[in-house]
Parts: sequence; structure tokens; C-alpha cells
Amino acid sequence: MAEKKTLIEVKNLKKYFNVGSGAILKAVDNINFAIKEGETLGLVGESGCGKSTTGRTIIRLYEATGGDVIFDGKNVHKLNKAEQKEFTKQAQMIFQDPYASLNPRMTVGDIVGEGIDIHSLYTGKQRTERIYEVLNIVGLNKEHANRFPHEFSGGQRQRIGIARSLAIEPKFIVCDEPISALDVSIQAQVVNLLIKLQREYGLTYLFIAHDLSMVKHISDRVGVMYLGTMVEMASSEELYKNPLHPYTQALLSAIPIADPDVEKSRKRILLEGDVPSPINPPPGCRFKARCRYAKDICSQEMPEFREVAPNHFVACHIV
Amino acid sequence: MELKQEQFKHVGMNEEKSQAILRPSMTYWQDAWRRFKKNPIALISLFFIILLAIMSFVGPLLTPFDYFSNDLTNMDKSPDAVHWFGTDSLGRDLWERVWEGAKVSLFIGVVTAIINGVVGTLIGGTAGFFGGKLDMIVMRIIDILIALPYLIFVILIMLYVGQGLFAIILALAIVGWMTIARLVRGQVLSLKEQEFVLAARTLGASSSRLILRHLIPNALGVIIVALTFAIPTAIFTEAFLSFIGLGIQAPKTSWGQLANIGIQSMQSYPYQLIIPSIFISLTMLSLQLVGDGLRDALDPRMRK
Repeated sequence: MAEKKTLIEVKNLKKYFNVGSGAILKAVDNINFAIKEGETLGLVGESGCGKSTTGRTIIRLYEATGGDVIFDGKNVHKLNKAEQKEFTKQAQMIFQDPYASLNPRMTVGDIVGEGIDIHSLYTGKQRTERIYEVLNIVGLNKEHANRFPHEFSGGQRQRIGIARSLAIEPKFIVCDEPISALDVSIQAQVVNLLIKLQREYGLTYLFIAHDLSMVKHISDRVGVMYLGTMVEMASSEELYKNPLHPYTQALLSAIPIADPDVEKSRKRILLEGDVPSPINPPPGCRFKARCRYAKDICSQEMPEFREVAPNHFVACHIV
Repeated sequence: MELKQEQFKHVGMNEEKSQAILRPSMTYWQDAWRRFKKNPIALISLFFIILLAIMSFVGPLLTPFDYFSNDLTNMDKSPDAVHWFGTDSLGRDLWERVWEGAKVSLFIGVVTAIINGVVGTLIGGTAGFFGGKLDMIVMRIIDILIALPYLIFVILIMLYVGQGLFAIILALAIVGWMTIARLVRGQVLSLKEQEFVLAARTLGASSSRLILRHLIPNALGVIIVALTFAIPTAIFTEAFLSFIGLGIQAPKTSWGQLANIGIQSMQSYPYQLIIPSIFISLTMLSLQLVGDGLRDALDPRMRK
């Protein structure tokens, strides 16, 4: 594979929330990764592990507590007003809930055209043409432009959300669980649409999800998050074939296999206990309380996120 | 009955048509009006209010009298064919005075509600949108102002700024904006975390765009309902102030003031009290019912 330019680089990113009376919720704690141009990085992990917060902090919906996000050579959290506006044109987001992510008082045309208006890309007839064009790209048609969001189905609404972020021709899109609110037949349609758009427009994705098979399908590389930290990252082939972190192993063992004979003999690694609270977490590895292999060192030191094989990173003392 | 293969016909599937929507396109307001029309009580109440507003201008033209002229030969006349609602102790025609009072009462109600709405929306919206310390300070001030006894507060303001129509409106405006400010703040707080607002921020929308295009249109339904409920409160407070002699001064009149005069001769001429009281009650009731209907129509999730 030819060496591609790194589009976005996340260094030691931290996002803490103050939850009152001195308690600090460490939603994202010291995360490092980079995404190359045209690549898709999948981000998986269970609910509340900080996937969405990571996505939102990267595009500056949240201010980072620490660390840097370098987008196209510029530090996202230190942009001035004009640069910030330019950044919003290049980095977009697709949201999880297709019912909450469209303003119910605006027509679909105005929703899709909002970015065009904000960045004054087109006006008048050209604006309308562009809106029709984008609607067409996502598989809707121009009659839909005068409709209101409540008249559409979940899948159609998600397409409108995609059209909205596509209208201003971004380079980078954070897909924040874009399919988890849709039913399975529609999920495939939307994912295939995203893949098609990536090919045609050279988009770069950060694809957040908890559906492991879907993430494997769309991602070049996959990162696994647990309680605000990144525990493992590798190319999707490598990660699914050779998971190293005990948490990744448990996660992957939960994927059902579409072959009854193999499925029967599939052994699940069951994790004991619940996810501990991310508020004031104790030192050491975040996973130690549920880990079968936990040793003394695990409760003393936070394991380092290191490269154990080419392009295969893992944060675990026992690997 | 047995179905055979040849009874079925392959009709195929049209990709274009499957995406088509058959329901006619309706805006939020058209949809709300459609729901409001289905509520007969609210509809009748709305017509009553509109009728009242029209009659306050047309009514006085129907009889040859006016609301301020005394006729000392015709004092305390019971309702008859000449004086439809009778006359008061100074011989003034009550039909004329009731409609003059309607004008004043409705004007005070509507204008006060609008001022309260605008001021409350601005203050509550700003506090909710920017949050943090500003929000804290504004909300504590509102808490303090709301804790003060409403009528005593109004009476003190009236004693300070004087009497008359605009003094009442000013006093009611000073005390009335807090409830709406609280309401709007709550709405803005919950709306600004919604994904469509985050999406607009991701697109680079400015604060003014967020407020004008996303937050206010979505909070408008709640604001309008609150305004509908603010009108009867204002009318009632005005009636009360005029009733205790602080409000509208003669020869101008309002329903409260008519009731105040009527109560002095309640035993001999009960109609002088009953007529304005009926108007006050029916107006308050209708406005409440319209408010209820609007709430159901604008926010279908609130029903049942």
C-alpha cells in the first residue's frame, strides 16, 4: 500500500467532565491514534466507554481537557475564528439518532442546505441545484426537499443526515454510531452508501459503532476502547484474526457466526461483573477488575499502549 | 378457498415510487391547526374570544349612547329595550361601558403577555444558551423575584409609578416575565443538547443562527402556550387592581372597575355586578381552554 498522508492525528487526548462535588468523570483518558487520508478507522467498545466523546472532542464539539488533535497540520483546539470556520467545512459528523438529529421545524432542503448557507458556497438557483444533487447522491430525490423530517422513515432520515454533511464537501466525517438506531436491513444500505461515498469522494471516516461485524466490514483499521482508554488497535484483518488484549478477545467471542455447526462449538468468554464507574478511577489498568489474567502489576501501573507487532498496538501488561 | 399460482400477478417494484411520500406536505403549524380544529371546546372558546374582540369595537355602535356621558334622569335602570344592560348609579349606559371595559381588559391582557413573552424569552433564552455563571446569577434573581408575593409587588409598583393603563401594563410586565423566562431556559437547556443543534454547530453555525433558526422555532410552541395562559392572569390582576381602586380610573373603565362600582349597590341592583362578572369569568375560562387546546395541538406528546 502506498504511503498516504496522515489526515488527522490524535495525541494524548483527554476529556474529563466535572460531575460535581469534586468528582471527575474521565470519559476519554490519554488516547493516541492517527487516521490516514481515505482510510476508515473503526472505534468499538461498549456503551459509555467514551467512543462518542472521542468523536465529539475531535471535531471540537467539546473542548479537550488535554492533548492535541492535529487536522491537516493544524491543531484543532487552537484554531482562531476563521480557521475554525474552515475546519467545520472540512470535518463533519453523522449522528446516531436519526430522529433527534434533524430539526423538526426545517424542510429537508433547508437542513441539507444549512452548511451551504453558513459557508456561503452557493446562493439562489445554484444552491437549490446543489441540494437536489446531494439528495440524489444519497438515494433520495428532489421532491423530498420540500418535506419535513417527520415524514421520513429512519433510514431515509439517516440519508438526509448524510446529505447534510456531504453538501459542503468535507474531507473527514465522524460517523457516530450512524446505524445502531436502524433496523438490520436498512443498516446494510446505509453502510454500503457510506462505503460508496468514500470511494467516490475520497472521504476519511472515523466510524464509531458497537456492532463488531459491521465495523469489520467498513473499517481498514479498528481501535477497541474500554472505559476511556484505547486497549488495542490493529488492521481489521489482524484484530479479528489475532486479538491480543483479553477484553478484545472477550468482545470478539461474542460475535455470532452465520454457520450453525461452527456456531454450536463457539466458545464465549464471559466477562464477570459490570463496567466500573469512570468517575475517579483507581490507578492501574482499567480492565483489571474483570480480567482473567490480572496480576499485581495491573493494579499498580497503567499499561503502556505499545506496538507489539507491525501496526498492532495493545495496552496490556501480560501480552 | 385455495389460491393458485396463476391467480397471482407479478407487479414488480418501482424503485422511484417506493421512495415517494403520499401524504400532503404540511408544516408544523398546519399540522397543529389541524389538531386544534378537532377540539370543539377549544374551538368554541377561540371563537368566543374573537367575538369579544370584535364586539368591543362593534358593540358600542349598536346603541346611541356612549360610555362616559351621565344621564341623571336614567340612573340605575334595569336592563330593558333601550339600555340593554341597564345603567349605573350615574346614569351611564352599561352596554357601552362593558365593551369599553372589554377593550381595556383585552388590551392589557394581550400587551402584557407579549411584553412578558419577549422579555422572558430573551432573558431565559440567554441564560440557558450561555449557561455557566450567567445562568446561575439570572436564575437566582428570578428565584428571589418569584418568591415575592405577586400582588403586593404589583401594588407597590403601582403606588410608585402611579395609576392608569400604562402604569398597570408596566407593573404587570415587571412582575410577569419570570415564569416564561424559567420555561424558556428549561427548553433551551434541553434543546441545545439535541443532536440537530450539535449538527448545526458542526456545520459552523454562529450563536445567533443557532438561537434564531434552531432553538426559538422549537421552543415557540411552549412559549405560545405560556403566553395564552399569561393573558388571563394579566386580565385578572388588572380586574383585581381596578376592583380595589388602584387600576383604571373613571371615566375610563375596565371589567374590574365595573365590578367594583357594581358591588357598592349589589343588593339593590345586582345586575351591575353580575354582568361584568360574567364577562370576566367567561373570558378567563375561554382563554384557559384555548391554552389547553393549543398545548395539546402544539405538543402532541403531552396528550395522555
